[in-house]
Amino acid sequence: MSPETTSRAFGLEEPAAPKRTRFEEFWRLFRRNRMALAGLVIFAFFFGSAVVGWVLTSGNRPLFDPALVRLQEKLRPPLATPQATSLKPEERPVGGRYLFGTDDLGRDVFARMLQGAWVSLTVGFVAVGISVAIGIFMGGLAGFYGDRRIRLEQLLVTAVLLAGASLLTAGWRASGAWMLVLGHAWLFWSISPWGIRCRKSLPAGLRFLRKNTLMVDTLIMRFVDIMLCFPSFFLILTVVALLPASIYNIMIVIGLTSWEGTARFVRAEFLSLREQDFVSAAKALGVGNLRVIFRHMVPNAIAPVLVSATLGVASAILTEAGLSFLGFGVPPPHATWGNILSDGKRFIFDAPWLTFIPGAAILIVVLSFNLFGEGLRDILNPRLRERQ
Amino acid sequence: MLAFIGRSVIQKIVTLFFVSVVSFAIIHIAPGEPSQVDPLNPKFTPEMVERFRQAFHLDRPLYVQYAFFYRDLLTGNTVSWKDNQPVLHKIGERFFNSLPLFIVGTLITWTVSFPVGIRSAIFRGGAYDRSATLLSYVLISIPGFFFAYMLIIFVVGQFQVPVIGMQTFGMTDTPWFFRLNDRLWHMLLPSMLGATGGIAVLSRYVRSQMLEVENQDYVRTARAKGLPWEMVHYKHALRNALLPFVTMFGLILPGLIGGSVIIESIFSWPGLGRMAYEAILARDYPVILTINFIAAVLVLIGTFVSDILYVIVDPRIRL
Repeated sequence: MSPETTSRAFGLEEPAAPKRTRFEEFWRLFRRNRMALAGLVIFAFFFGSAVVGWVLTSGNRPLFDPALVRLQEKLRPPLATPQATSLKPEERPVGGRYLFGTDDLGRDVFARMLQGAWVSLTVGFVAVGISVAIGIFMGGLAGFYGDRRIRLEQLLVTAVLLAGASLLTAGWRASGAWMLVLGHAWLFWSISPWGIRCRKSLPAGLRFLRKNTLMVDTLIMRFVDIMLCFPSFFLILTVVALLPASIYNIMIVIGLTSWEGTARFVRAEFLSLREQDFVSAAKALGVGNLRVIFRHMVPNAIAPVLVSATLGVASAILTEAGLSFLGFGVPPPHATWGNILSDGKRFIFDAPWLTFIPGAAILIVVLSFNLFGEGLRDILNPRLRERQ
Repeated sequence: MLAFIGRSVIQKIVTLFFVSVVSFAIIHIAPGEPSQVDPLNPKFTPEMVERFRQAFHLDRPLYVQYAFFYRDLLTGNTVSWKDNQPVLHKIGERFFNSLPLFIVGTLITWTVSFPVGIRSAIFRGGAYDRSATLLSYVLISIPGFFFAYMLIIFVVGQFQVPVIGMQTFGMTDTPWFFRLNDRLWHMLLPSMLGATGGIAVLSRYVRSQMLEVENQDYVRTARAKGLPWEMVHYKHALRNALLPFVTMFGLILPGLIGGSVIIESIFSWPGLGRMAYEAILARDYPVILTINFIAAVLVLIGTFVSDILYVIVDPRIRL
C-alpha cells in the first residue's frame, strides 16, 4: 500500500500546511513595515557601492585613486572643477569634477569615501560573524549540554594545560613545555581505548578523580558574567591600542568582546526548545545529538540571533568609526569614514564637507541597519504580529 | 534574604578575582612595553630602563607582578608609572570632574525619556509616536563625535556657549555666582550629548513597557468600569510599567566610567574617560588596571543593588 492510499484509507485529505512558504509570509509582513523596507533598500545600495568602490579603488591603476595627492588642489569644495593647467591629464578626477571635494592634501574625497565603504562593510560583517559564531557555540553548549557535570580530572587537565601555556608566555620555557607535554599525554591517554578501559576499574585511591564538580552551564554563564564586567568600549580601546594597528585586529577584538548577548539568547532558546515535543520525537527516533542541534534546534532559535546580529552590525560600524576618530583605527594611507572625519575636523569651519559627508554616511548606514533590525524583530515576534 | 545576599556577595567576589586575572593577563601579554621601559625610547639610557624595570617589578615573573600589583591596589599604594603620583588620588580628582557631568546627563535622560515614552505608548501609531520613533532611531545611529561637531557649529555660532574645558581661564577671582554660572554653561553641551543616546534608548524601553502593561486584563477592567482616562493610564498602567526601571537605577552606575571617552576628549573635559584614554596612550598599566578594576566593581555593585531593589519592590519575588 502506497502512502497516498494509506492516507485516503484513513480519511486524511491533502496536508493542511499553509499555502505560502515561510519566505513568502515573511516578505508579505516585511513589505508593510515601511521603515524596515527603507532600511533594506539603503542597505542594498550601501552594499552595492561598497563592492563597486572596492573594485574601482583597488589595483595598480584604479579608476578612482584615493591616495593620489594633488597639493595644488587642496580643500576644493564639492562639485568643484579642477584647475586644468596645473594638473597632469592622469591626475584629473573622473567626470571632470570633484564630486565630494578634496581634503587638505588634495585627495579626492569621493574616492576615499568609496574605499571607506568597503572597510565599514567588512568590519561590520566580520566582527558580527565572529561574535555570532562564538555566541551560538557557547550558548548552545550551555543550553543543550548545560546539566552535564564536569569531572575533577577534566578540570585538572585544563588547569595543567593553562598553567603550562601561561608559564611558557611568562618566560619559564622548560617547565611550561613539560606541563604542556604532561597535559597532552594525559588527555590522549584518557581518550585512547586503553585509557577508557582502565577508567572503568579505577583503584579506590584514585576514584576521587571521577568526582563531579560544577555544571557546564554554570561554568559558561559565569564566564559570560566575567566578560560583562569589562566596560566594552574601554576594553576594545585598550586591546586595540596595545596591538599593532591593523583592520583585522579591530574586527577580531570587536567580535571577541560582543558575543555575550547572543550566547544568552541562544541559551534561553535552547533551554525551552529542549523540552519541546519535536525534539523529544527526534531523539526517540534515534537522531544523533549533533543532528538534533543543527537541524531541529538551531533553525528554531535563529530569529532573535538574526535581530541581534543586524543591530550588532550597526554598533560595530559605530565602534570602528569611534576608534578611527580617536586615532586607533586603520593605519593612515587607507581611508575609513571615521578617519576622514577625524582628519577633517581641523578644517571644520573652512571645509565643512570633510566632516559632514562621512558623518552623514555613517549615520545613514547605521540607521538603515537599525531600522532593518527592528523591523525584523517585529516580524519575527509572533505576539506583535497583526491578525489578517 | 540574608542567604541570598551572602551567596551573591561570595559569587561576585569570585567573579571579581577572575576579572582581575583576565585584565592583568590581557595588559601584560599584549605586545609592546610601557614607554618608560621601552629600550627604543631615546630619552632613557639602558641603566635608567633597568632601574625602572626593577622599581616596577617588571623583572619578576608575571604571577609575582600580579600579587605585587593587587597588594598595592588594595592597600592604596599604587603609583602611576608616568608621573609617580598615587593612582587613587589621581582617579579621585578626575572622578569629581566627571561626576557632575554624569549626574546632570542622567537627570536629563530620565526626566525627558519618561514623558516621551509614555506619550508614544498612549497614542500608539499616531503621528507623534511615529516621529518620536524615527527620531530616536536617528539619535541611536548618529556617531557621537559627528553629533558633537554639528552641535558645536550650531550652538557656538548662535549662542556663544563655551565648548572647551570646565571653566573659562582666569575666572578664579570673580564672585562665586559668576563662577557657578560659568561652570554650568561649560557643562551644557557635554551633558546634553551624553544624554541624547540615553534618551533615545530609554524612551523606547518606556514605550514598550507601557504597551505591554496596557494590554493586560486589569487595565481593560479599569477602563471598562469607567475610570477617568488619567486614572487608567497613570495609576493602573504606569505604576506597573515602572517596575523594571527600578532595577535600572543599579545598572546606570557603570556608565560613570564607560561611555565618556569620546565626549570628554572632544570637549577637553578633564574627566575619568579622558584620563583612561591618556593612560592607554602612555601604556600606564597601573592606571589602566585600576580604572578597569573600579569599573568591574561598579558593574558588580550595580547588578547587586538592582537585584535587591527588585526584591524590595516586587512582592511576587521570594528568595
